[in-house]
Amino acid sequence: MPYLGPEDIYLSTSLASYLDRKLLVLLRDSRKLMGTLRSFDQFANAVLEGACERVIVGDLYCDIPLGLYVIRGENVVLIGELDLEREELPPHMTRVSVAEIRRAQKAEREATDLKGTMRKRMEFLDLD
Amino acid sequence: MPKKPRTPSTTQFSDQILIATKPRKLHLLLVRRIIVLFFSYFKDLVGREVTVELKNDLAIRGTLHSVDQYLNIKLENTRVVDQDKYPHMLSVRNCFIRGSVVRYVQLPPDGVDIELLHDATRREARGG
Repeated sequence: MPYLGPEDIYLSTSLASYLDRKLLVLLRDSRKLMGTLRSFDQFANAVLEGACERVIVGDLYCDIPLGLYVIRGENVVLIGELDLEREELPPHMTRVSVAEIRRAQKAEREATDLKGTMRKRMEFLDLD
Repeated sequence: MPKKPRTPSTTQFSDQILIATKPRKLHLLLVRRIIVLFFSYFKDLVGREVTVELKNDLAIRGTLHSVDQYLNIKLENTRVVDQDKYPHMLSVRNCFIRGSVVRYVQLPPDGVDIELLHDATRREARGG
């Protein structure tokens, strides 16, 4: 293994190559933000211009515009460069309005909650 | 009241316990050196194909482009392992992954020189 000098320890994988590009940012709460990277720092804090949140529920999706966003680096999971020549989403997905996607999100949340309570009841009954 | 002096662990214990019972300051220095060890190890792997599994269960395969002191990873030519589950990642070809969200980095089997890594780790733990 090559010997590292003291200056080598402070190299950093730079987000500089992503500046002014359209990016997909995945956050820890599983939100997906898209926007143009305008600024960053060593903690992966980022400034996204023209940000929008892409909400995906099953085969439905919606882009909710957010404007100028400053993201704290500790919430960032991944920053991906979107290839403009490729389709961003599979063709079978349909774009819907904000109201409809909110309804779909609510329905999905209620379904998972119901599944959760059913499972808890089954576990309580201790059925094999 | 003077503090009770802490004694370093003796050499009869295994390396694992050696790390756990060292005085705190020395322990932090050791952790720093182990991180630098992994940093230099990943620097050697640049250009190899790896699969990074994140704490949110997303697994991404790609070519290791760069790594930094925080063990942030930049991958090129990425493709997600379970593409249907993550439709939003379809057009992402390059990405930056924050080091704090990595669970595993799966390496090519011939990418690891086990003996070299063992020797380096033993050397670091011993403080050599």
